[in-house]
Amino acid sequence: MASFGFVVLYSAAGGSLTPWAGLHMARFLVFLGMAIVFSRLKENFWKTIAFPVYITVVIMLLGVELMGAVRGGSQRWLSLGFIRIQPSELMKPAIILAVARFYDLLPAGQIRTWAAIWPLLVLLAFPCALILLQPDLGTTITVVAGAMTVAFLAGLPMRLFVGGAAAVAVIAPLAYFFALEEYQQRRVTTFLNPENDPLGAGYHISQSKIAIGSGGIFGKGFLNGTQSHLDYLPEGHTDFVFATMAEEWGLMGGVAVLTGFFLLFRWGLGVAMKAKTRFSQLLAAGLSTTIFFYVAINLMMVMGLAPVVGIPLPFLSHGGSSMMTIMICIGILMAIDRHPGRRSGTFG
Amino acid sequence: MSIGGGKTISGAVQALTFSRRATVIGGLQAGIGVLLAGRMAYISVAENERYQLLSESNRVNLTLVPPRRGWLIDRNGKPIANNKTDFRVDLIPDRMRDKDKTVATLAQLLSLDQEEIERINKELTQASSFQPVQVATGLDWEKFAAVSVRLPDLPGVSPRQGFSRFYPTGAAVGHLVGYVGIASAEDYKENPDPILVTPGYKIGKDGLEKTFEDRLQGKPGAKRVEVTARGKIVRELDSRPDTPGKALQLTLDIDLQEYAARRLGPESGSVVVMDCETGDILTMTSMPSFDPNSFSDGIGQTEYGMLRDDDHVPLRDKSLKGLFPPGSTIKPMVSLALLRAGIDPEETVSCPGGLRVGNRFFNCHSTHGSVNMKKANAQSCDTYFYKMALRIGYDAIALMARELGLGAKYDLPVASQSYGTVPDTQWIKKRHEREWANFDTVNSAIGQGFFLSNPLQLCVMTARMASGRKLEAKLLSEEKRAPAPPLDISPEHLSYVREAMSEVVNGVGTARRARLPIEDIKLGGKTGTAQVVSLKYGRGGRDVPWKFRDHGLFVCFAPVDNPRYAASVVIQHGGGSSSAYPVARDVLTFLYDREQAMEKLLAMEESWGGTISERMDRQLAAYRAQKELEKAIAEGRVPPPQADTNGEGSAAEVGQ
Repeated sequence: MASFGFVVLYSAAGGSLTPWAGLHMARFLVFLGMAIVFSRLKENFWKTIAFPVYITVVIMLLGVELMGAVRGGSQRWLSLGFIRIQPSELMKPAIILAVARFYDLLPAGQIRTWAAIWPLLVLLAFPCALILLQPDLGTTITVVAGAMTVAFLAGLPMRLFVGGAAAVAVIAPLAYFFALEEYQQRRVTTFLNPENDPLGAGYHISQSKIAIGSGGIFGKGFLNGTQSHLDYLPEGHTDFVFATMAEEWGLMGGVAVLTGFFLLFRWGLGVAMKAKTRFSQLLAAGLSTTIFFYVAINLMMVMGLAPVVGIPLPFLSHGGSSMMTIMICIGILMAIDRHPGRRSGTFG
Repeated sequence: MSIGGGKTISGAVQALTFSRRATVIGGLQAGIGVLLAGRMAYISVAENERYQLLSESNRVNLTLVPPRRGWLIDRNGKPIANNKTDFRVDLIPDRMRDKDKTVATLAQLLSLDQEEIERINKELTQASSFQPVQVATGLDWEKFAAVSVRLPDLPGVSPRQGFSRFYPTGAAVGHLVGYVGIASAEDYKENPDPILVTPGYKIGKDGLEKTFEDRLQGKPGAKRVEVTARGKIVRELDSRPDTPGKALQLTLDIDLQEYAARRLGPESGSVVVMDCETGDILTMTSMPSFDPNSFSDGIGQTEYGMLRDDDHVPLRDKSLKGLFPPGSTIKPMVSLALLRAGIDPEETVSCPGGLRVGNRFFNCHSTHGSVNMKKANAQSCDTYFYKMALRIGYDAIALMARELGLGAKYDLPVASQSYGTVPDTQWIKKRHEREWANFDTVNSAIGQGFFLSNPLQLCVMTARMASGRKLEAKLLSEEKRAPAPPLDISPEHLSYVREAMSEVVNGVGTARRARLPIEDIKLGGKTGTAQVVSLKYGRGGRDVPWKFRDHGLFVCFAPVDNPRYAASVVIQHGGGSSSAYPVARDVLTFLYDREQAMEKLLAMEESWGGTISERMDRQLAAYRAQKELEKAIAEGRVPPPQADTNGEGSAAEVGQ
């Protein structure tokens, strides 16, 4: 999958390793190493670090806010000297860990009580507030969705989710007018009607659809994409990498990518089903759903089914932080796969 | 505290819930996956064609290549208007981002002066967003390249290599040929062809360029280029060459035209020369003029201001639209009318220096004593024509005037002609609602009063008298005309009048200095001095202000024994006919002996301060300085500058 990303980025850079493809591959290998290390770690380790990691990431988010306030302007990056990371990205697996751990600790009998709900809201409140301040709506939604998925799987009453969905339907328009930044509002209106302003705000979506649509069934051929090579497609190597790929590889390439992701999620949910402890079940399902959210939102965005939010496509998009997040998720999933839990009695 | 209906939930139930709900999530994910695959298939298969088209229109930029305009050539195939390769830079307003910054950058790269910058800014505010605004033309390669390499930072700037119209003789052909310019917003509204707003595309705006626009225009070529989103050209895909417009051959002799224009020097006037066999117009010059090259490049504010303010009206074609009282130049024509009315040419009239008609005394410019028809022409005796015209009545003269082409509009491919007035009894009733009076006859008999002609008409009149045929003025070589029929005038009368005209130059006449400096070629002519204001302002000679001076006229033909060329020269406020006939003499000399004529001209040009373009440049500089000065002296009521070449020394006298 990542190799395919390498090939696509190679083309996006006009048939050259620099500046994207080489780095992409290098990062992938580094993070793959990290994931393999993670996969050796046992469930108890993850249980132990779940809350400390969560707290650390919240503190990092706070740090980002403070530095942003000092330097002025919006800030998403935290520089650790050798690497610049986006704490909001790290929050995605961290929240899954924390929520999974919480429901693991929660006695089974209390799952339908308030005690099952308010800590979840507290856990969500801090990171969401901080990420929204950045402001980064896309990541916030992913974080909330990931946590909700875990909660849903943990067995919270169904009507809470139905009611919640209804509440969102009511609040969304209000939020649109009162809570969203202007540029975010524009993204939404643009999404609803991209052809209105093809040279302005709708440009991303229009060009992305042109790239995918002009690819046809078999694509224009490797290195022959005009939309990406002539710079019509913005962000052709990051968020819109799928469009770059689809232009050159066509529907076939797109289906291949979708199939790849399908296999990944099947494996992820399979790991969750096979896991024997409640924590590992919730964790595995939550992490694979987090990856799924990346893929789903990104693909819906490039195909014009969702507004433009800055969410990259796992394995294909160029970008360090998101790749790190994905590989953390994969690493933990592999760890659970390897150590499905005490009840199976197998270790390593 | 329970919100779940109080059901006790065990670990086993929880596990069941988990796997059930996980299946739901798996199902949802699969559903979304199918949705995405479906959406992608829809976009890339069902709408493939549409998006492919969009992608192509993104990638491929169709550029129109303005066609080369057809040449205008003279009777010998020499170019009057051609095209020269040109590096140019234009602005497309609606593609610009930061107008001020872009213009400033261009100004620096192309070293534009303040006036140019003002013009560009003004046009930018006036032009419709799709109309290109010209920044500069005729650039050298370095400047052109300097702009081209900075294109990514200069959105809306369009550097092009193309062709621009070039008029080798400049001002000499300005009025006749006209000029070209960028299509106006109205043109585009009328005919929304994208070629009209392609930078570098010009249409005929005046003169022949406008009349023959369809023919000269040609068909645009096209170039398909692959461009990036920022407009950078990646490669050329294919191109279709332009089809140049068809050439148009005129009857003009461009060398003669240029000579005539230069020979007019600082005077305001017109020279028309016709071929007496075919009616071909060899020269139709009006000076001062404008340089059509400046107009075609988009004329500067100051230059246009100078042309507009000049009292020598360089913007008016005097050959066709300048109306002058023909003065004594019509006396040969009047003589023909007298002969046809049966007047004996030997009959004499006594000239005591004028004639009393009613209670008014009409002056003659001299006291001629006993005058017959020949002497009356040679010495331009007014008294003779007063008396004889009164005898035959003016309608007979007006009839003859019309037969010889006066008062008529000619079938010429020009934008407009002012054809003047040949007054008669009918006309005065219609126009002034009164009866024709004797003093009208007297005035009109010597080409004054209501009589008005343009210089071309005077030339046609002379050509008809010289050839004895009803010649029509002709400007296009390709036009085939039947040979002109003979005039309904007795050949004896015509030869008598021609002899009288020869006497003007070669005998004891008023234009003896108009003799050609060439063996065996005799010139026949007739002088004319047209009064501008009544005599109380003075005699209208060179000692009064320019605009009160008499017009100087001269019509002539050569050779006398077998006329080949006819010419008319009109010098506006020249101060008398002596300003006109030396010009005619030199222009006709040029037809027979170019070297001799040029030698004379060069000597004269030295005293006038150089060639036409040198003088125009200096005039422009002076005008600009004057305007600056006026601006500086806030309330300075300085009169518009007299053209700096309008000296007190007479041009006509130089070289005699």
